[in-house]
Amino acid sequence: MKLIFLLLLGQITPIVVKAVDTPYDAGGSITVTWELDSTWLGKIGRIEIYRYSSAGVSDSLVETLYKPDTIYVDNATEDNIPYFYGVVVYADGEIFGEGRTTEPAVSSQQWFNRKRLSVLIILLVYTIFLMYFIMRARFDKNLFIRKIAGLEAIDEAVGRSTEMGRPILYVMGLGYISDIPTVASLAILKRVAFKAAEYNAQVIVPCFDPIVMVAAQETVREGFIEAGRPDLYNESDIYYLTSDQFGYAAGVDGIMVRQKPGAVFLQGYFFAEALILAETGHSIGAIQISGTTAVTQLPFFIASTDYTLIGEEMYAASAYLSRDPLSLGTIKGEDYIKMILAIIILLGALMETFSIGNHILRDFFSIF
Amino acid sequence: MTSIIWTWIAAFFTLAILSFLYKDNPLYKFAEHVYVGSSAAFTILYVWVFDAYPKLVMGFREKVGMQKYLLIIPLILSLFIILRFIKPLSWLSRWSIAFTVGMAAGLGITGLTQGFLVPQVQASFLPLFVQGPTTGQTILLTFNNIIIVFGTIFTILYFYFSREHKGLLGVSSKIGVTILMITFGASFGYTIMARISLLIQRVYFLLHNWLGLV
Repeated sequence: MKLIFLLLLGQITPIVVKAVDTPYDAGGSITVTWELDSTWLGKIGRIEIYRYSSAGVSDSLVETLYKPDTIYVDNATEDNIPYFYGVVVYADGEIFGEGRTTEPAVSSQQWFNRKRLSVLIILLVYTIFLMYFIMRARFDKNLFIRKIAGLEAIDEAVGRSTEMGRPILYVMGLGYISDIPTVASLAILKRVAFKAAEYNAQVIVPCFDPIVMVAAQETVREGFIEAGRPDLYNESDIYYLTSDQFGYAAGVDGIMVRQKPGAVFLQGYFFAEALILAETGHSIGAIQISGTTAVTQLPFFIASTDYTLIGEEMYAASAYLSRDPLSLGTIKGEDYIKMILAIIILLGALMETFSIGNHILRDFFSIF
Repeated sequence: MTSIIWTWIAAFFTLAILSFLYKDNPLYKFAEHVYVGSSAAFTILYVWVFDAYPKLVMGFREKVGMQKYLLIIPLILSLFIILRFIKPLSWLSRWSIAFTVGMAAGLGITGLTQGFLVPQVQASFLPLFVQGPTTGQTILLTFNNIIIVFGTIFTILYFYFSREHKGLLGVSSKIGVTILMITFGASFGYTIMARISLLIQRVYFLLHNWLGLV
């Protein structure tokens, strides 16, 4: 009441307030905006935002801002209920300006987030390339994939370990089965198991996660069966160690120094234990092949192991080693998408440099 | 008194683990086995207390309607894993693994595209010339943007697998891998600094909490 009285007296500056349903969201949100005169900016002490229903229920203070913002997103609304909003600006402890919405705002959910259109287009184009190359790979068995040194060295490492009469140690890191590097690591493990079975070598796989252990057991079993030596498969060589990061590192270090494997594979997702494992492997003189997508751990692997699969080289391993059409098609499709993205990046940079298109490409890729 | 005993135990295990720097020895073996064993036991308790009991057991008690019946799916998948102990039914555990891997791959496609790929592409749309307040800053800002834009493109080319890295592609990928190595070098130094702070923390524990020298 006092507000209306002061407003009528002309002592309070009216503020234009607008409230709209927050676009492209899952509902339950209304965006409130208001205008502030640039001459007020130094004076504003706080801004209070009120919400009230059309039924005339008493105002409820939903937020107090202590900086001269002109937007507030109310994430506590119920869908399909009309709301009105009021904004009160305080300066020097006194009400300086006030405004209310004249139209009610109703929050609702949208089926499609148009801000993510770029994601949809990229995935659609990727899927088209993928399907095309998978079909092509079925007929053309000689799709080319460049040499990846780390993968070429697998046979050498297994062979060397066998010659030395030592086991092979395969460490899958701290990833869970839902992590993509762990899945990629299983593809490499299969190849290692296959070769180990051919050479009659022992493969030890201490696991960080029980589900990964189960998957690793299945993978090694398959590798031994494919090599025609299921009799050599020993399930107890693939076992659970612990799910504690440094407990796992201590345990694997112990295995390294006591069983002295001839080849150590560090393939998967690693954290701070990466260097501890790689250094211990180096100290026992094992040939080491590492691979991870963890950017912070790659430097340690590059410095302390013989071969390193960097990031996507790990993902390419499956196609490289198995040569099956599905995997080959995936790699080919990814390559084409990479080329398209490289061109888009160059195009975007040139458009920004010469101020062409009013940031159209940048805005298109802005998804948040 | 209790805290003194725990400090001595912690100091003993710290020294036992550090003794590995000399060579494998019975002290390290003891500490390693205690650590691995206790952490494995802790994991079992943790999974029960924070996952299985509140989400599954309490879920069956408290949830109603469809939400309650949905819990049957993870329960069945969990039981399939346990069936590995029964040889004729052990193959059922593959279903659980297939479900988890498939779910992760499906979520990963959209998650990684909108969480990493698209934002990184967008962040690379930088002007190749930036006018700074001074000539020096203009050069630095422009150089920075050129490094980011062309560094990204050359690094992408390094991960191009469909062609032999020869000719122009070979040169580009060489530049790409050089940029990668410079980045890894910087990351190496940065992480080593963080590791040294961890070592300082342990040494401080020994000298301060245990021996009281500092």
